[in-house]
Amino acid sequence: MQIIYILLVAFGLIGLALGGYLTPISRILINPIVSAQSWLAKRYQAVQSLITQPEDVTTLRQQNTALEAENSSLQVQIVELQQQVSEAQLLSTLVDYERRHVENQYTAAAVIARDVSPFMHYVIINRGSDDGLRKGMPVITQQGLLGSIAAVTAGAARVQLINDPGSSINVILQQSGVEGVLNGLITGEIELDMISQNATIQPGDLVITSGLGGNYPANIVIGQVVTIRSDAFTLFQSASVQPAVDFSQLEIVLIITNFQPVDISPLIPSSNTP
Amino acid sequence: MSNLVGLILFGVLAILQSTIVSRMPLLNGTADLILLFILAWALQDRVESAWQWCLIGGIFASLYSALPTGTFIIAYFIATGIARLLKRRVWKAPFLAMLAAVFVGTLVVQLTSLTARLITGVNIPIINALNLILLPGLLLNLILAIPVFSIVHDMAGWLFPEELEA
Repeated sequence: MQIIYILLVAFGLIGLALGGYLTPISRILINPIVSAQSWLAKRYQAVQSLITQPEDVTTLRQQNTALEAENSSLQVQIVELQQQVSEAQLLSTLVDYERRHVENQYTAAAVIARDVSPFMHYVIINRGSDDGLRKGMPVITQQGLLGSIAAVTAGAARVQLINDPGSSINVILQQSGVEGVLNGLITGEIELDMISQNATIQPGDLVITSGLGGNYPANIVIGQVVTIRSDAFTLFQSASVQPAVDFSQLEIVLIITNFQPVDISPLIPSSNTP
Repeated sequence: MSNLVGLILFGVLAILQSTIVSRMPLLNGTADLILLFILAWALQDRVESAWQWCLIGGIFASLYSALPTGTFIIAYFIATGIARLLKRRVWKAPFLAMLAAVFVGTLVVQLTSLTARLITGVNIPIINALNLILLPGLLLNLILAIPVFSIVHDMAGWLFPEELEA
């Protein structure tokens, strides 16, 4: 008998549900159930994460360490690539220079050291007599004249810069054709001297090698005239020159290998010569 | 042993001097690491190899310089002599002795270099050399004197440990 009642209630409920009469009631009942379910699920997940957290932290730390290492490696790669790009650009400009001056043969070298004495403006390059370098060969950069080789060993050479106080070069001003002598100074600057008082020179005039004296080939850019000093009581005018080359940023240089300096000292008459 | 250490040390110092220190001038003056280590070594107690280190340092400096060969060796020998003299006079205050030795030693080395250039026929205005090279170089050397002395003092303690009395 009980089974019949239960079956009747069950069928009745099914019939009401199928007819849609239980929907409002189910809504009223389900809402608190869902809330309770959500509350319980959150607490359960919190407890579960609390139990499994140490493992996750270890994994995350490992991943973090791996990512940090990868990040450092990538940053190193970026720096290396930037350096390579910079070197490539520098070499590209040197190649351009070579192409524009095909009359000369060049050997490229890297500047590896500077003179330890502040009184000497010399640099050391990583090419020597094994690479065909000889004393007196001119050294240039893509901007202009740097100096000449003062001493050579098998694997390295010492270059006297044009701003060394012992350096003296015969030059000519491109615009006016005025000749002079360019001297290095202890301050690291270069100065144009022995310019005739009658000569007209202007700030901005381009200073190039004249080729006189046989130490350097002609027409290599050195710099521009900045200021001119002319006193009535002196024999010559002088001028300070802004060098084309930045002597503090020397990396790669070119040596003109097919130029042989001429030693004209035996031709210069000494005071003892009759 | 100490001479071997000196060879390696001054080899490294010469490379550092020509590659890094020479590219960091104050005006036109630069610090002289080789001189500083020579002087600091000469001022240490129980050190017998001051003159050997001076010679090694001078040879390495000469290798990296276009100054006439021997200029650095002579200058460093004079500076070492002065340092040894100061050590005897100011033995109770080694840092003071170091500062005094660096002051006099730098002047000696710079003036010897200047003289060598003048003898070789290069015209250098003395006032410019004083203002732009000598004084800035002296300042840099004095700044580095105490740290270098501390390093060399530790090195001397390692090479010549103090004998414990029984």
